[in-house]
Amino acid sequence: MSLWEYANPVKFMALSGRILPAATVLSAACLFIGLFWGFFLTPDDYKQGSTVKIIFLHVPSALMAINIWLMMLVTSLVWLVRRHHVSALAARAAAPIGITMTLIALFTGAIWGKPMWGTYWAWDPRLTSFMILFVFYLGYIALWQAIEEADTAADLTSILCMVGSVFALLSRYAVNFWNQGLHQGASLSVDQETHVDNAFYLPLVVCIAGFVLLFVTLVLLRTRTHIRQRRAQALMVREAPH
Amino acid sequence: MLALFKRDVLLAFRSGGGFGLALAFFLILVMFVPFGVGTDRAILARIAPGILWIGALLACLLSLDRIFQLDAEDGTLDVLATSPLPLEGIAAAKAAAHWLTTGLPLTIAAPFLGYLLGLPQAGYLWLILSLLTGTVALSFIGMFGAALTVGVKRGGLLLSLLVLPLYVPTLIFGALTVVRVTEGLEPLSPWMLLTGLSLASVVAMPVVGAMALRANLR
Amino acid sequence: MGFAMTLVAQNLTCKRGDRLILSGVSFTLNPGDCLILRGPNGIGKSTLLRVLAGLTPPAGGTLQIDADQIAYAGHLDAVKAQMSVADNLQFWAGIYGSGDAGQTAHHFGLDALADRLAHRLSAGQKRRLGLARLHLSGRRIWLLDEPTVSLDTEHVSLFEKAFADHCTAGGIAVISSHLDLNIPGAETLNLGQFRARHQAQSNPFLEDLADAGPL
Repeated sequence: MSLWEYANPVKFMALSGRILPAATVLSAACLFIGLFWGFFLTPDDYKQGSTVKIIFLHVPSALMAINIWLMMLVTSLVWLVRRHHVSALAARAAAPIGITMTLIALFTGAIWGKPMWGTYWAWDPRLTSFMILFVFYLGYIALWQAIEEADTAADLTSILCMVGSVFALLSRYAVNFWNQGLHQGASLSVDQETHVDNAFYLPLVVCIAGFVLLFVTLVLLRTRTHIRQRRAQALMVREAPH
Repeated sequence: MLALFKRDVLLAFRSGGGFGLALAFFLILVMFVPFGVGTDRAILARIAPGILWIGALLACLLSLDRIFQLDAEDGTLDVLATSPLPLEGIAAAKAAAHWLTTGLPLTIAAPFLGYLLGLPQAGYLWLILSLLTGTVALSFIGMFGAALTVGVKRGGLLLSLLVLPLYVPTLIFGALTVVRVTEGLEPLSPWMLLTGLSLASVVAMPVVGAMALRANLR
Repeated sequence: MGFAMTLVAQNLTCKRGDRLILSGVSFTLNPGDCLILRGPNGIGKSTLLRVLAGLTPPAGGTLQIDADQIAYAGHLDAVKAQMSVADNLQFWAGIYGSGDAGQTAHHFGLDALADRLAHRLSAGQKRRLGLARLHLSGRRIWLLDEPTVSLDTEHVSLFEKAFADHCTAGGIAVISSHLDLNIPGAETLNLGQFRARHQAQSNPFLEDLADAGPL
């Protein structure tokens, strides 16, 4: 039993169909518990007051925005190397979720920024990097939509994702070089003393788990939709006269 | 490869669409800046490096879709793909021709436009140096975008959307080189990064450009 | 020469988008052979030629062809409108690194037009320029997609002679045409017999999907 068997769409549909209900329930539960715990059961920060609680949306969405791009990179490479169609469709399915996460991260960041820095927007390296990530997502999605032939679109978007990843990293480096920012350091880390208080730590982990499960749910749903769409096209080829 | 390079340069000069347009666009853009921000010499001098770099970048963008589109439309690209030239060589030759007919003229025009904006004395040398090596990256990265969109009818807008995010590091290092020198800081480190980026683009972009072309030809 | 010069297609399968259009295409061409592809519009003549040229990978089957000997001419002329006839030929001579542009122009009766810009050529003259490019390439395997479209009878016979000469000299030509071409010794292959099974999908992924019950 190897992972590659799920390149077969029928097997993928069967497995994803079994995972989907569980993922849905778990993500809803995690999000509900995590957000409720975070918003109502944690103390206010001595410095930041209650505004700090937006961390429970901001940090998970920001993490997902980056990790979804990484997932797209991996699935794109799988498509380029092994030509598994499900992999290409999963990359395609993930992009709109990724861009939404980027937007959530940008907006919650802006809302958090107003009381903290006195402004909704600053050209801080991290904010700027996220805006750049946003346009990378936009280009990727636009390329998928512009090309009609399915396999060609998968090829070209995969190449773009690969090259885009390198340039996104370069941009991150360049932006850091260009402007040292006012963003606070990493919120979660295992080796540093300065990470957030334990009272915040646990609900934040639950929220992150909720966002990951939410992504799994959505990406499976969307991949299944794309597979069904391809099936409809395949059936149309069968029915159509030559 | 040399034959293709020479022909692309010749065509760019002959059909006038390419490099004349880019220069005119650059001039108009710079001319518009005082209309938009006023004629205060101090402000203009301060924003001149950024304006010149953004202007050159946008002017460069204008002629990108011609790199492969014209050859795809008349069937030349199919024939070239079956010729002794590898696709990587075709991509490299075309990017190089684009640089010679767009990046180089823009570099030459930039100091004159810089004077119009009152660019501080110290900036000129590094403006020329940064554009000279930076436009190489612009042409090679742009060629990759053109290869991605060669199959898309009227893909100019899409091409811009794909290429502009890829231009971010080039723009930052390029503009920073000039900004730093006008502020009395050392410009060498961003310039080295910029030039490194250009060299890496010259090596890597033809490879991925050829991958994109191959996918588009079938 | 010899073995490497043979073109062998075995059980080739060609697709267009999600659909298989040709399957089981097999033939062997030796030096001197000329093959004319016939069949109704849309059967896949152009697609097969692109597969032979290596532009499109075959969906299945094996193809043995010396890629360094291919000269391909699609349904577009690959003529640069803004360049003169002589410059066009000179360019291709540079690309293929072979041939004498002036001599080729003479051979195809193009010397009188040498300085004329290509966009002022008639359709037939452009096609003639395209043919001259094949000759100039010095390559042994010519793949041509509808080379005689929009040609008058005089031009058609000029083309037929050029193909016959090429094959007599030991070359191979594969030509798609909707007209009967008069080339001595040429074989005709009707692609209608290779039309793919009606429902065929272009890859196993789509086959799996279409075969599956409701998902």
